[in-house]
Amino acid sequence: MEYIILIISAVLVNNVVLVQFLGICPFLGVSGKIDTSAGMGMAVVFVMSLANLVTYLIQNYILIPLHIEYMQTIIFIFVIAFLVQVVEIILKKAAPALYQALGIYLPLITTNCAVLGTAILAVQKDLNMIMSVVYAASIAVGFTLALILLAGIREQLTLAETPRGMKGFPLSLITAGLLSLAFMGFSGIVK
Amino acid sequence: MGNLKYFSNGILKENPIFVLVLGTCPALAVTTAAINGLGMGAATTFVLVCSNLIVALFKNYIPEKLRIAAFIVIIATFVTIVDLVMKAYSPDLYKALGIFIPLIVVNCIILGRAEAFAQKNRVLPALLDGLGMGLGFTIAITLMASIREILGNGTIFNLRLFGENTTTMLLFILPPGAFVTYGLLIATMNQIKLKYNI
Repeated sequence: MEYIILIISAVLVNNVVLVQFLGICPFLGVSGKIDTSAGMGMAVVFVMSLANLVTYLIQNYILIPLHIEYMQTIIFIFVIAFLVQVVEIILKKAAPALYQALGIYLPLITTNCAVLGTAILAVQKDLNMIMSVVYAASIAVGFTLALILLAGIREQLTLAETPRGMKGFPLSLITAGLLSLAFMGFSGIVK
Repeated sequence: MGNLKYFSNGILKENPIFVLVLGTCPALAVTTAAINGLGMGAATTFVLVCSNLIVALFKNYIPEKLRIAAFIVIIATFVTIVDLVMKAYSPDLYKALGIFIPLIVVNCIILGRAEAFAQKNRVLPALLDGLGMGLGFTIAITLMASIREILGNGTIFNLRLFGENTTTMLLFILPPGAFVTYGLLIATMNQIKLKYNI
């Protein structure tokens, strides 16, 4: 039950992009096409779950015993940067087409604040190891969901006639605002 | 005079929020009240100026291949300083900004300026660039936060603008309001640019 609440809360109620505003850059940047969005989403699910597992171990077996919790930000960002490199190397070999499509945004997962944010939030929430990984995976699924929804809408919007000043970012942002409004309907399901 | 250009660049021509559209997460998340916007802006400006300064000073000693890692350590150090100082001296603001203080470390503007500007320039231009970019960021998010606070809460910097019982558009301090306000602000900027051909 605990897990179901955690998952629903992370995917729908407190959606990482639309409610907590983490990971906005890739959300606006990669959401042009559904295919690339799905690819980016998969990469984020993988990196985030792995990052939370590793940061959990570091926090509890290195930082706390040594009383250097203030090093958290520096250590965590390093671990994430390292993981992203590994994922990049694997993807380059295993799926070159996807690697091409994700282009600049894969290294940018390092500066995807959702990854670091989730790691820090999991520590703040005092989750245990399994819950921390489940939490990260659900957050990433929520991210992918929002990304694919926006990409779907944006694909349709390219055909619409819009005022010149609204093209590009403004239109995506306002669409995201409407999505966020829709997601507010979920608030109240959990707590 | 030449140096002034570096300073004004970040405020108008390459405003990080409205033109480059970098550092959008804090711009959307903490702009529920004008004071939060100002606090976030000040914290980011401090980190930006310090990291630009250090990167420009040590650019000749940082190996090419390790530069991103080096930049991140420099930035993370200053973010940790801000985090601890704010926790000690301004706990209310610290609570309001929450997770977004440690997340300054992944703010694309800071790494972007270290990579694109500070490592190629001398100390003074790097310093002015950091200051200008930081100020541009601060002005932009404070403007956005003021609009949201006025419309959503009827106050600005916690000063009440309307009568006690005025109905305000609560939506503007909720998440959807952030996206819509930001979208409309960029659209306005674009429209002005198109009209006057800047």
